[in-house]
Amino acid sequence: MNSQTHYPAQTVSQAVHRHTLAIIVDNEPGVLARIAGLFSGRGYNIESLTVSETEHEKHISRITIVTAGTTNVIEQIKFHLLRLVPVHRVDDLTVNGEAVERELCMVKVVGKGDHRVEAMRLAAAFGARTLDATLESFIFELTGASDEIERFIKLMTVVGLTEVARTGIAAMSRGSESL
Amino acid sequence: MSEMMTGADMVVRALQDQGVEHLFGYPGGAVLPIYDALFHQNSVQHILVRHEQGAVHAAEGYARSTGKVGVVLVTSGPGATNAVTGLTDAMMDSIPIVCITGQVPTHLIGSDAFQECDTVGITRHCTKHNYLVKDIADLPRILHEAFYVAANGRPGPVVIDLPKDIQFQTGLYARPTSSQHKTYRPTVKGDLDQIRKAVEMIGAARRPIFYTGGGVINSGPHAAELLREMVRLTGYPITSTLMGLGAYPASDRQFLGMLGMHGTYEANLAMHDCDLMICVGARFDDRITGRIDAFSPNSHKIHIDIDPSSINKNVKVDVGIVGDCGHVLEDMVRLFRTTSPQIDKPALKEWWAQIERWRSRKCLAYRPSSEVIKPQYAVERLFAATKAPVNRGRETYITTEVGQHQMWAAQYFGFEEPNHWMTSGGLGTMGYGLPAAIGVQLAHRDALVVDIAGEASILMNIQEMSTAVQYRAPVKIFILNNEYMGMVRQWQELLHGGRYSQSYSESLPDFVKLAEAYGAVGMRCDKPDDLDAAIAEMIAVDRPVIFDCVVDKSENCFPMIPSGKAHNEMILNEYLSEDAQDIGSIIDEKGKMLV
Repeated sequence: MNSQTHYPAQTVSQAVHRHTLAIIVDNEPGVLARIAGLFSGRGYNIESLTVSETEHEKHISRITIVTAGTTNVIEQIKFHLLRLVPVHRVDDLTVNGEAVERELCMVKVVGKGDHRVEAMRLAAAFGARTLDATLESFIFELTGASDEIERFIKLMTVVGLTEVARTGIAAMSRGSESL
Repeated sequence: MSEMMTGADMVVRALQDQGVEHLFGYPGGAVLPIYDALFHQNSVQHILVRHEQGAVHAAEGYARSTGKVGVVLVTSGPGATNAVTGLTDAMMDSIPIVCITGQVPTHLIGSDAFQECDTVGITRHCTKHNYLVKDIADLPRILHEAFYVAANGRPGPVVIDLPKDIQFQTGLYARPTSSQHKTYRPTVKGDLDQIRKAVEMIGAARRPIFYTGGGVINSGPHAAELLREMVRLTGYPITSTLMGLGAYPASDRQFLGMLGMHGTYEANLAMHDCDLMICVGARFDDRITGRIDAFSPNSHKIHIDIDPSSINKNVKVDVGIVGDCGHVLEDMVRLFRTTSPQIDKPALKEWWAQIERWRSRKCLAYRPSSEVIKPQYAVERLFAATKAPVNRGRETYITTEVGQHQMWAAQYFGFEEPNHWMTSGGLGTMGYGLPAAIGVQLAHRDALVVDIAGEASILMNIQEMSTAVQYRAPVKIFILNNEYMGMVRQWQELLHGGRYSQSYSESLPDFVKLAEAYGAVGMRCDKPDDLDAAIAEMIAVDRPVIFDCVVDKSENCFPMIPSGKAHNEMILNEYLSEDAQDIGSIIDEKGKMLV
């Protein structure tokens, strides 16, 4: 940086944190597009997203989004989400204490012989359920924290993993407080 | 009070129940049932524009000058896409608009039908909210909710996409109710503890400044009254953004003029050197802050805004108050009166002395000419003419297009009252001014409405001349004609070595003949000595006028904070500079990236 420029040498860099947000919305057409569009339009990240209707009679859905950003960006995300008309509330589960976070994955493993036996053993070690079995393949289901799922998938890769499906994170704050 | 009626009739009835008097629109296949319903009534007057973008801008001018919601009706497909620029403009400047778009029948949605487009998809990012009506039972609620959402909280445009089959269906209409919206309930009352803290800081300040914006205007005339009271109570200086002009009278001593990229020397330096900034309904836009890390480095900042996402977005503030400017100012004035803090009078006196030294630079001075009309002179004379005895008692409203003329209008026209200044600030939409002026004129039939324009901008929505003539809206289009896209040319001088790539307005029409072709009045003036008489004549004509004011071709807009510079690094008109500078060498390479 030369003396001609009027920019300061140091750049203000803030640490990026991972936050899990629970967003309660009216389950109406386009609500997911509004939220996803807000993230893409303003350049925010979505690391994981899960959504399903949680109160059928009121048509209310709960969306869980894992995002990463500086403290400032996370604040902006929350305020922008609250500006959306169908959004009832936004809870930052990361700020409100360590939340319980779980995701579900299904893996298809194809192989014969030793690989097949080893896949069985690993699945048992992780406590995965067997959803489907043929002479050449298994489908295992595992529910757990994301890093546990990562480890499981990594191991399964060695023994013939051919397909993975993951739900993304569902999360809830600990303790007696409810949304 | 419920009644069975068709969807089209519901639209018209809802407009009546919402107190809508004017509707700006353009018919087409997918809205014909609504147009038929309009045919059978007289209380809502439909204004036929000549392009859907013009409809939205006209509704914006109408809304901004009256404080009401502006209403637009357009057809599906191209009708909706043409409205997108106007909707985005209203979004950026927080203007309440309800735009009803026709849509192909529900069973054809998604089939790429004739004049089909994904209107809710396209407008999702440029509206505050939008609806696709798929069931007649939802229509009355959506119609009323749209008005509520558009007008409450931070105002903005709302789109209702209405398929043609729903317009024909019959359902039960319900009148608007006062019950609360289930999710959208913006905070209007500010937090009292925060306001108390702010009042303490205001009392203790040594070099304070009020920095106010469009939020004060949106909050209503009452907010402007309270702002004036607060500013006079404290004796502090005040500056305003482009969007906020008129909230505080320009002629008052405490007003330092507009701030920002083309703001006054005194306003920008006061912002830079202040120790307390009280931001009321403004949003620290990049045209205001300049280089962000050098923006007012030694001040504490208070920010009042109805939109929580505006607080701490660009600039970190010490006290953020979420609420409507009017409500917060009311509490602030009351608390300030009851606590009557001891203002540091000597410090304030020294602060004003400093501001007067900056003011004495007379940053808006320009080299006068008796040969050519200086554009600044033209705006000054227009302003003077509106103050002439013959126009006393007549309200004056100014709209603008976008570019140099817009900045000169903001700098040289003194706005004394809110809602009298309509300009495209956030989006910077060329072509805004003429349709906006028509919208203003229809709401204020006896007022003088002038669109201060450039010769390039005006051509972007010139077709609305027909609208002006049809509805006998005697708007005055005051073109500062320098034969260039002036602001583009100015930036090319600053950034690109004076290579005027495509910024010359080649093959301009003869504006006098153009006016006459539309059935309006055309005038031209190119001599400073003739200007006053010509302007007087323009104002006296009770018909739309295009006034081709031929001005100095090379004049640039100063003062200016170049990209990547701080408030205290302004460039002034070379007429004022001690040593002439080559403006092409002022912005460095990194600044050129910023625009």
